[in-house]
Order: sequence, then C-alpha cells, then structure tokens
Amino acid sequence: MPNETVLTMRGISKQFPGVKALNNVDFTLRKGEIHALMGENGAGKSTLIKVLTGVYGKDAGVIWIDGSEGEAHIHSPQDAQNIGIATVYQEITLCPNLTVAENMYIGRGNGLLVKQKDYEKKAGELLANLNIPARPKQQLASCSLAVQQMVAIARAVDMNCKVLILDEPTSSLDDKEVQMLFTLMRDLKSRGVGIIFVTHFLEQVYEVSDRITVLRNGELVGEYVVEDLPQVQLVAKMMGKDLDELNSMSEFSQKAAVSDEVTYKAEHLSSEASKPFDFQIHKGEVNGFTGLLGSGRSESVRAIFGADRVTGGKVKVNGKDVHITKPYEAMKNGIGYLPEDRKRDGIIADLSVRENIILALQVMKGFFKPLSRADMEKFADEYIKALSIKTASKDTPVGSLSGGNQQKVILARWLLTHPDYLILDEPTRGIDVGTKLEIQKLVLKLAEENVSVTFISSEIEEMLRTCSRLIVMRDRNIVGELTGDQLTQKQVMKTIAGGEAS
Amino acid sequence: MIVTKKTLKKKGNLSQLMIPLIAFGLLIIFNLIRDPGFFSIETKLNNAGNTVLAGNLISIINGASELAILAMGMTLVTAACGGQDISVGAAAAIAGSVFVKVIRGASMVTGGTVILAFLACCVVAMLFGSFNGMLVSVFRIQPMIATLILYTCGRSIAYWINGGATPTIDGSITGAIGSFIPGVPIPTPVIIVVVMIILFSLAFRFTTLGLYTQTVGINQNAARLNGINTTLIKLLSFVILGICVSVAGCIGVCRLQLINHETLLIDIEMDTILAVAIGGNSLGGGKFKISGSILGAYVIQMLTTTLYAMKVSSTDVKAYKAIVIILLVVIGSPVVKRWFTKVMANIRGASIRRLGVKEGN
Amino acid sequence: MTVQNSSLNQKRREPLTDTQLLMTITICIFFVMYILAMLLLGGGFLRAQQIFDLLNDNAPLIIVACGLTVVMIGGGIDISVGGVTSLVVMSCVLYLNNSGNMFVSMLLALGIGLAFGLVHGLLVSYLEIQPFIVTLAGMFFARGMTTILSVNPQKLAHEGVNALRAVKIEIPWLGYVAKNGNLIPARMELGVIVALLCVIVIFLLLKFGRTGRNFYALGGNQQSALMLGINVKRTRFTSYVISGLLSGIAGYVFMMHTGAGNATNAAGAEMNAIASSIIGGTLLTGGVGNIIGTFFGTLTLTTIKKIVVTSGLNDPWWQSITTGAMLMFFIVLQSVVLSRRGKVKTSRNVKE
Repeated sequence: MPNETVLTMRGISKQFPGVKALNNVDFTLRKGEIHALMGENGAGKSTLIKVLTGVYGKDAGVIWIDGSEGEAHIHSPQDAQNIGIATVYQEITLCPNLTVAENMYIGRGNGLLVKQKDYEKKAGELLANLNIPARPKQQLASCSLAVQQMVAIARAVDMNCKVLILDEPTSSLDDKEVQMLFTLMRDLKSRGVGIIFVTHFLEQVYEVSDRITVLRNGELVGEYVVEDLPQVQLVAKMMGKDLDELNSMSEFSQKAAVSDEVTYKAEHLSSEASKPFDFQIHKGEVNGFTGLLGSGRSESVRAIFGADRVTGGKVKVNGKDVHITKPYEAMKNGIGYLPEDRKRDGIIADLSVRENIILALQVMKGFFKPLSRADMEKFADEYIKALSIKTASKDTPVGSLSGGNQQKVILARWLLTHPDYLILDEPTRGIDVGTKLEIQKLVLKLAEENVSVTFISSEIEEMLRTCSRLIVMRDRNIVGELTGDQLTQKQVMKTIAGGEAS
Repeated sequence: MIVTKKTLKKKGNLSQLMIPLIAFGLLIIFNLIRDPGFFSIETKLNNAGNTVLAGNLISIINGASELAILAMGMTLVTAACGGQDISVGAAAAIAGSVFVKVIRGASMVTGGTVILAFLACCVVAMLFGSFNGMLVSVFRIQPMIATLILYTCGRSIAYWINGGATPTIDGSITGAIGSFIPGVPIPTPVIIVVVMIILFSLAFRFTTLGLYTQTVGINQNAARLNGINTTLIKLLSFVILGICVSVAGCIGVCRLQLINHETLLIDIEMDTILAVAIGGNSLGGGKFKISGSILGAYVIQMLTTTLYAMKVSSTDVKAYKAIVIILLVVIGSPVVKRWFTKVMANIRGASIRRLGVKEGN
Repeated sequence: MTVQNSSLNQKRREPLTDTQLLMTITICIFFVMYILAMLLLGGGFLRAQQIFDLLNDNAPLIIVACGLTVVMIGGGIDISVGGVTSLVVMSCVLYLNNSGNMFVSMLLALGIGLAFGLVHGLLVSYLEIQPFIVTLAGMFFARGMTTILSVNPQKLAHEGVNALRAVKIEIPWLGYVAKNGNLIPARMELGVIVALLCVIVIFLLLKFGRTGRNFYALGGNQQSALMLGINVKRTRFTSYVISGLLSGIAGYVFMMHTGAGNATNAAGAEMNAIASSIIGGTLLTGGVGNIIGTFFGTLTLTTIKKIVVTSGLNDPWWQSITTGAMLMFFIVLQSVVLSRRGKVKTSRNVKE
C-alpha cells in the first residue's frame, strides 16, 4: 500500500528557445508520501511542475496517473485539475475580487448555475475544520497573504486531489503558520494524498518529507529516502560540487573590524508602515534586522530608504542632518536598497540587462544627463563579469534570466552607484545555494571596503555568518540588539520569541 | 561572432517594425499594379502662384501630418501609463479654438500674432494635458477613463470658446502654415512633422526620457524605488502629448482657415491609437518605438488615400479600413506568429527529429 | 463547532465588496440627484412620465451598456456597440421596407449582433489581439457598412412593425391630470420591457451563472483564473458574444423607438455606454462591476442631461460639459473611495 504509486513521469523533456529546461527526467510519487523536489534555481523544478499542471506542453516523455487508463494527457490546468492534480503556487493564484468561498469553488463542476449558499456553507465548514482564519463571504483581497495561501490549499483539499503540488508555499508564512501548514500536510498524507513539496528551506524538507528528488541543470540527479541523505550531502547534490565550497563558509566568519565613524543614524524614524525606532550603523559594519515575517524588519529598512512615506524622525548621514522622504533623496545621500520582492519592486523585466544595471546611476546623474552608450556598455560588461551574471548578452531582457541572476543584476545596479550604505532585504531569497554564498562573500567584501551594509534574511544561520550586530524585532518594535558572543542561533531565537529576561 | 551579434540585434529591432513595413510594402505594390503612375510626383503651380510638389505620394505624406504628430505623443503616453488618451481630437478642437480666438482678437495678423496664438494654444493644450495627466498619475485612474471626461465635453468647450459659431481666419501666414510657404515646394505640415521628429529625437538624445518612460511603464514600483518620480513622468508624457495636440490642432485649423468644433480632426483619436498599435507598440505600455508609430500613421493615411483613389466614398472608407486593420493585426497576433514559427521550425527540424526518434527507439 | 461558526457568520455582517460599494454609491447619488431635481425644478420631474421618458429614450443605451459591462467585468472593452447598433437599425429598416417579414427581421438583428460578437470573441480570445483594436475595427466596419447600405435616412414603412411600434403600455395610476382635465396615463414602450428583461437576465447570469462568476474571476486576475481551472479563452469569447448579441437587440429596440434608419444612429453610443458602466461602478481594469449599477448609471447619465435642459442652460454646449463634469465627479470619487479602502485594509493588516 505505501509503495503504490499515484504519479509516474518518465523521460520528460522540455526545450525552450536556447535552453534545454528538462532533459529526460523521471519522477515518481507514491500514495501518502510527502516528496520534496529540490534543486537550484534553473534546475528545472518549476518547469517540471508546469509540465505536470499543463501550463507548458512537454516535448517528450509520458505521464501516468493512478486512476486514469493509460497515458495521461494534460494540456491545460483544467485537465490537470480534472485528473486530480491540484497546485498551490508561491504567488497567490486566486482572484482578489471574489469572496473566499467563491475562490474555493470557482472553475469546478459543470452546472449552469452556481450554488452560492451551498458553497458558503461548505467553505465555512472546511475552513473551520482546517483552522483557517477566514470567513467564506469575505472578499479575498481583505485577507492577509498567508491566509490567502491557506485558502488556496483549502481549495485543493476540497477537490479530493490525488496529487497536491505545493510550490514554495512557506516563503510568505511565519513559523506558526508554517507549523499549521505542516499539520495540514501530514493530515492529507494520512488520507493518502501524494504531496510534491517544492521549497528552498532545507530544514523544512527534513521536517516533513519522506523522499527527496534532486534535479540539476534540467537533469535528474536522483531520488533518495530522507533518512539516507544528510543535509550536507543534499546541498552537495544540488550544487553538483564537493563540499569544499560549503566548508569555506566558515572561512569568512571572521568579520571586518568596525570603525567608530557613524555612517547613518536615525532617531525616532517612523513611516506609514513602521513604528518609530532608533538606529545607527558604523562605517564598514554589517548589521542585520531579524525577526519573524511581519515583525517590521522590512518596514524599518524601507523607512530608512524612504520607500514608504516617512512620517517623522531625525536622520543624520555622515554626521550631517538630512531629510530623506523619498528614495531619490536616500540615493543622493549614498544609500542603496535592494528590495525584498524582486519581481514587484526590483527588476524592469522587459528592459535589457544593461539598462537595468545602469538605472540607479542614471537616475542619480539626472534627467538631463544621459549616460553615453559607450559608458553604459562599459559598466554593464564590468559588472556582468564581476558578479559573473549568466546572460546571453547585455541586451537580453532581464526578465528572461533566472532568479539568482536577476538578483545579481539588481545588486550590480546598486554597486554601480558606489553607496556608502547598502540595504539588502532578503537578497538570497529564492535563489540557489551557490549564488547565496557568492552574495554573502560579496557583503563581507563590501564591508572591508568601508561600505556599511544592512543585511536581512529569513535564514538566521546566514545572518549569523555575515553580520556583526543583529537587531531583533518583534511586533514592529526593536526588542534587542545582539553582538559578539550573543550571536548564536539559540540566543537569537530566544530574543525573537521573547524568552529573554530583560 | 561580432557580425552575427549585430545582425541578431538588428533583427530584434526590426521585428517590431515588421507589420507596418509589410503593410507599407503591400500597399505600394498594390497601388503600383493598379496604377503604375500612382506614386509619380509632379510639380505644378498652386493658386498662390508657387511651384509646388503634387501627387498622391505628397498628399499621403502631407495628409498624415497631424496623425503622425499625435502618434508620437500618444506613444509616450501609452508607454508610460499603459493606456491611451482618447481625448486628443477634442483637445485639438479646444486648442484650435484658442488659436483662432487669439488671431481674431488681433487687429492685424502678423508673424508675431501667429506665434503668440500658437503659444497660447500650446499653453491651453498643455493645461488640458496636465488635467488628464493629473487624473492618471495622482488619482490613478486608467487613462482611457480619465480622458473620457475631456472626450465627452472637449468639443463642447471648443464650441463655447467659439461662441456658438465656426469662425474663420484669413491671412497669408496661417494659409502658408496650412499649405505651402511661398518658394518652398514641400507642404508646410510635412516640414512641421520633420521639425517635431527632430525635437523628439533631441529629447531622447539629451534626456533620459526614453529610459524613464519605459521603466515607469514596465514596473512602476521599481521605478519609484530607483528614485524616479513616476507621477512626474506620467504627467510629463501627457504634457508632451498636449504640445503635439496643439501643433496638430493648429495645422488642422490652418488647412481649412476656419475652426469647426465638430469636424476638426474628427475620430483622430482612434486613428492615432491604431497608428501606435500598428507600429508594433504594446497598448499595455512598457517598451516602445516612436518610429513604429510614425510609420503606422503613414500606413493608415496611405490606406485611406488608396481607398479614395479607388473611388470609395469618404463615408464608406471605414469599412474597408476595418478589413485591412483586422488582416494586419491577425498577421501580427502572437498566436499566428507562434504558429508560423512552429511551422517553420517543423519544416527545418523535421529531418533532424526523425533521426532523433530513431535513436530513441 | 460548525453550528457556532455559522451563527457567527450570521451575526457578523461582512463589509461590502468593492462591487457592492461602488454600486451603492451610484444608486444613492442617483436618488439624491433626482429628489433634488424634483424639489428644485419641479415640473416634469414630479411626474412619473419623466422616468418613463428616460427609459423610452434610452432603452437601447441600457441594453448596450449591459453588454459592455459584461465585457468590462471580464477585463476587456468593446467599442463597437454603437456601430453595430446603427448597422442593425439600417439593415432591418431596409429589409422590412423591402416587404420583409417581421420575425425574420428580428432574427436578422440578432444574427448581425451575434456575427460581430463571434468575430470579436474569436480575434480577442483565440488570436490574442488587443480588444481595443479589434472592436475599433469592428466599429469602423459597422459604421462603414451602414453608409454603404444607405447614406440617406430611411423611414420605416412596414405596417406590421409600425403597428407594433404604436403599442404602448399605459399605466393610468402613474399618470397625471393635464391642464384641460384629461388624465394622461404614463406610457412605456415595448423596448423598455426588452431592456428591463435584458437587465434581469444579465443580472441573474452574473450573479448565479457559472459563466457569470467566471467573468469576474477572469477580470480579477487572468492568470489566477487560468490556474483555477477556468477556460479563460472560452469565457472571454462568451463575453464578447453576449455584448454582440445585446448590440443586436439594442439595434432592434432603437429601430422600434425611432422608426427610421440613419447613418448617424447611435452616434457616440459606445462612449455613452462606457460612461454609464463607469458611473455604475464598473472598473475598466475588470473584475468589479454590476448590472444594477450600470442600469442606474445610465439613468444618472441621462437624468443629468435632462436636468441641464430643464434648468434653462439652453446653450448647446452645456449638456456635454455638465456630463463631463459629472463623469469627472464619479471617476474621482470612485478612485478616492477605492484608494481609501486600500489604505484601511493595509493598516488593518499592520495591526494583525
């Protein structure tokens, strides 16, 4: 029974113009198992998922699904849904203008009429059952992002799916919500649903998964039972490298000495989205803001950059009083900001890599002083090389690059402005392990060059490696500042959770 | 290596202009077959006794002037705001009315009066442009809806300015603007278009207008976080369109030497948007190519002139125009393009794939 | 647990959705405006016939606005509605004058509308061409065909249809006593019945029909709609077909009202219809809108014109200038209301 397969994919290949996204990949999902699909960015995870859900057609290969005779033909998301494959994507794929109940039942069934009352009743029961804090008649847009995600899962649950695909479901949830999700996943597992779990969080994989399939560069590396594959080996398999690089992590744990000069100092700074807080950073210092999602860490750095409307506070840059109310003023004062949401706030998808790289510098130079073409090419070449950005050419639209490379382009954009103070909000989110290391190294290198850096990450380990001072936030307030010996995972957790005596 | 890169780049740039170029080519061939002398240019004496160029080609280039000018401005608005201004015709009527009002107010029409009148109408058009722009950028209303307001009442405002009449102007200067400057064989509107094109290319060369506009159009959040004042850029695009509107309105008035609020540049907003679309620009904003829009404007005018030459009455032209437009956009539609590339790839790759399958087996 | 939950649901009143909020605003403003007109202008506004006149004159507009609302909810636009209406009027008049059959003429009207809807839907949803361009071409084609059929106005000379035109529904108790002491009953044309039927049918479709809810999903987020398993292409296709069909019906009603075909019939109807939809609370971005709102939007739009005329602003330009001003009022109001809502929402999330 436990070895009964629900989904078999054999020899799946998919070609995009210029890229072989999947090459002869096999994947097997058994009844009642949670199967993690792992790989770096561009390894082919999302392509495989999209082939399975009918978003992309496959070039070669076969798919069998338990319950349907012979080969399964999936040409559209609807086909996938009909044969029992449900998907919950990282980006919410629900309609914000409809109610919660409608979002759970739209696009299903065949009748001419919709039975609104029925839906609302059934939705109410299910939501209560799964402990999801949403009301059936509520407009979806009025729910928080995490709740919207759960509604999407509730929808999948209600469809009695055989295969449930969770594509990065936890990236916008806080710890409590992640635990709720895991409870839900285990519950579904016991009902015999096969779950494909795609995530970047290694700990989460080990917490819930039974099996792991690793992809690399569009090819299958292998399928493993969780117990047989230690975390370090998993990383090695994903990166296709030996452990040298991983071991070298410890190398750069010695942090640069911090000078006494204060680069940036804020007193009672507040914005529309953040409560007043005090903050300062020294020259060449790397500090971090940590806390749970929604603790106000992103909002605080956004206030520093003037990304949200600043409502009050005194700011000094290099000892001089300045007024920073909008991003342009922050940039003029030598502050750079890499936003949390790359797609929404970072890249200009249709513009070329070159234009994306020079954008911030160009804005600082001014409207009437365009950079010469030659300069642009020079800068672009320089940074494509320096950050080893993988792109076909400087004229490739940045939207067609992989996530990690897009992130590097935005990083290049800010490095080009030679900031005194660089804010990096989740620079490593959703990108592969290799690039993560590169970015961490880069941060430390910048600090050596006397740039102050604020580094935010959901992975505490990563922050401990790079930061010499951690500011801990809870419920939009700064609740602690950790330095030196206090910089241990345990201490950080304690402070975040509020277990500290102080 | 360098050579291939260059050709690739060229291909990329050209593909956007494919549709207008194909349309252009087809229309030329069609006309040449129908009447080999269709495009012949001759010189003749006009009423004022000047030697001027004449012929179908000249009348196409001349006739498309207002459209081309408006298409340039519209491209910017489209790119920055992801929507279109449907009030350009109405705004041009207002601009024209102001132009006429100032000229009629003067005791004598001199060069100075005309310039003054033009400046006045420019200011008014820019004001109405910024009104639209304010609604779009500050109140975040979709452009088509915001400009629906002026579309609804613009021509009535013009009527009001005109005091319920259709006043005429006379004077050699305005006449020359509408037709020919003595001694110059090229129609003045064409010269004005060239001047506008030069002004636009100077603006793109010496400011970052192009980059900013595209950035705002593609990702407004990112643009703001990179220090671009998105409100200002959107407003600016509408103000620039305002200038284009005033120029087009003045040309329109000078051609007829009178202002008729109902008929001046009637339905031009639709043609303008069409020109932008035929030029391969996405009506959803983002990347743009002004040259495409200008080419689109001439394609539309050539089509109109061709139909007139085929003795289609001016009221019926629309029906034929519609068919040609549909044909053009169907050829240019993403689905047809995909299908076409697939077919081409199949033909090319058929033999290779056959081998591959054999190996696989 | 469940019982508790449902009772909780009953107790707690959900805040209005965007659609409901915008519709409520429109209806309130319409009634306030009308009552003010009754108080300040009196005269015709005190008689029920005023409302019926509004309906009689604008039945075709109401019908096309319904179709347009459907398309706009789905995130598209159809600017061919006026052109199609005028083509239907002209074709039907010519056909009937050539000793045509009344029943066939109705089929002709529906057929023309359907044909336009099918072509638009095909091009927009299956060939992925921008709807503005497609329906613009549709409008050009329809207007051009109208003049090709006849440049001169054609008077309807079909006895059967003219007899039907003369049929008016009289409602005595809503009538008024004229100066000479005669009771003049309120008169309503058959077209109004058709228009009201259309409103009701489309309302039911949008509220309870599977397709109707799919329109909202499509307009709310196309990508999501696709992922939710909705056949996006077919849904979009359907919205254009409905709009086309309704334009056909509107054309027939228009002919019944005016009894003549003219190349300038329903001139500007597309923009009036868009304005009605917007006033009624439909957003051009899609996903938000309501037919009842559109119905009142049309009434609001036409009432303001009547108010301008009645209040003695006789210069020809005042009507459209006030219309423009009112449109601006509504558009800005909606924008402010929605953005305030957005702000309230985020601040609530902050508290959570």
